[in-house]
Amino acid sequence: MIGKLCIGLSALCCLIVVAFVAFILGDIARNGVHLLSWTFLTSAPSHGMTEGGIFPAIFGTAFLVILMTLAVIPLGVMTAIYLHEYASKTSRSVLWIRMAIQNLAGVPAIVLGLFGLGFFIEFLGGGIDRFFFGGALTFGQPAILWSALTLALLTMPTVVMSTEESLRAIPAAHREVAYSLGATKLQMIRRVVLPQALGGILTGTILAVGRGAGEVAPILFTGAAYYLPYLPKKLNDQFMELGYHIYVMATQSPDVEATKPILYSTVFVLLSLTFALNFTAIWIRSRIRRRLRLER
Amino acid sequence: MTTEAKTLPVLRTEAIKITIGGRVILGPVSLPMPKGEILAIIGPAGSGKSSFLKVLNRMTDFEEAMTLEGRAHFHGQDLAAVDVVELRRRVGLVFPVPTPLPMSIFENLAFGLRLMGLRDHSELMQRAETSLQAAYLWEEVKDRLSMPANNLSGGQQQRLCLARTLMLKPDALLLDEPCSGLDPISTAKIEEALTELKREMAVVLVTNNVKQASRVSDHTAFLLMGELVEFAPTQTLFTTPSDRRTEDYVTGRFG
Repeated sequence: MIGKLCIGLSALCCLIVVAFVAFILGDIARNGVHLLSWTFLTSAPSHGMTEGGIFPAIFGTAFLVILMTLAVIPLGVMTAIYLHEYASKTSRSVLWIRMAIQNLAGVPAIVLGLFGLGFFIEFLGGGIDRFFFGGALTFGQPAILWSALTLALLTMPTVVMSTEESLRAIPAAHREVAYSLGATKLQMIRRVVLPQALGGILTGTILAVGRGAGEVAPILFTGAAYYLPYLPKKLNDQFMELGYHIYVMATQSPDVEATKPILYSTVFVLLSLTFALNFTAIWIRSRIRRRLRLER
Repeated sequence: MTTEAKTLPVLRTEAIKITIGGRVILGPVSLPMPKGEILAIIGPAGSGKSSFLKVLNRMTDFEEAMTLEGRAHFHGQDLAAVDVVELRRRVGLVFPVPTPLPMSIFENLAFGLRLMGLRDHSELMQRAETSLQAAYLWEEVKDRLSMPANNLSGGQQQRLCLARTLMLKPDALLLDEPCSGLDPISTAKIEEALTELKREMAVVLVTNNVKQASRVSDHTAFLLMGELVEFAPTQTLFTTPSDRRTEDYVTGRFG
């Protein structure tokens, strides 16, 4: 009797979760779809964001995410390789590093945003300005570069953990074979480990991009702009971004009712983007897992 | 090379002893492994056979908890003083489970030579053919060298691993129960290959198949719980063993 009650209760909980997701998605799809058009995707906002499209935000998001990826892949992959291949399994410092990374994953995004403002803009950017530009404000201000680096910090744990997972999945026998054929450690990593870990690295990166693409807090102080009449072209330009654009339209629009349909459609675009990325990541990961199972 | 070096065995151990956490895993074991001979090492599971092999190409370097005493020599040179990468190229090892790397048959074969920086495709191809023929695999795979190595059968994979080791033209060949999971035909082919190969190199065959040892080896060493119980010419060891435990083991009374 109690058993049945438990099953019923957990089924109900599942149902509630699924219902919420379905309701949110349904609402967004229903209200977001009808404004979608090629012009919406390719034109700039106009009339105080009550008309026009979201192209600058899409462009800014893509630019931002590419920069972030360029920063996070080397950082994350090399950290994972160090942790898994080089560091001694029992050493205390490794334990601390791993704990630090896991905690980094738990740091609230807004805190990272403030950190970005303090460290990247004030300290790094300000320093660069003093040394190279004679104090003229060039890099010491909110810019897409600093936003990308702040986002890279946010997403690095994902890349590290997913890379490490794929490193763990490589059979020890493959490493031994490489050594037995006269490979040095570096050769072993380059020719045996990295090719096999590629899928995991890719999955982690895509998940990181999916996560990073929607985050507003880290870019709030570090480079996102309310509205720009031009597209970002240089690393120290500000930029518009989808998530931030949504926030702006929802909170600071002069005409809430007129903005609403645009808001819905923008959310729809952002969600489609992140879902597409996540599904790609899941697809790649399941392919890798299947392949690994077959090989064992 | 001096005449003295020529008569020296390729590999030789002197009172090799392995302890892990105070427990003796192997030894002391002193064995010569000259070119032209197959040394079979027999003994039940856990007798230290595989550990002995790992000493010979220094795969033991990775075992942090392991203490190694005694000495091993490669062409008369202390093993610990030989460059480990060079040593592993010249002392090949075939593992008990076939372990093709996830790449094509050809790339598996070329792996070791590519590590040395050899890029010339025609030379790689030539060496691949020679090695595959020596491992009795050439006829079966010659038309599909670019196929993934994982598509081969278990027996073929193991012969590929043997060929892959032979690509580097080693001075000594170590085999750790190479036929443990193989069908009789593949086993026969590997045994045939070994009797040919011993002309070029020293062969050390760890096996838990007593019959295999008696079929192919010139000398046999019997290990029991880390102890070297008996070492003798194979025929002597199998017909007139001097130790009671050897007799019991080779006649199948235990193990």
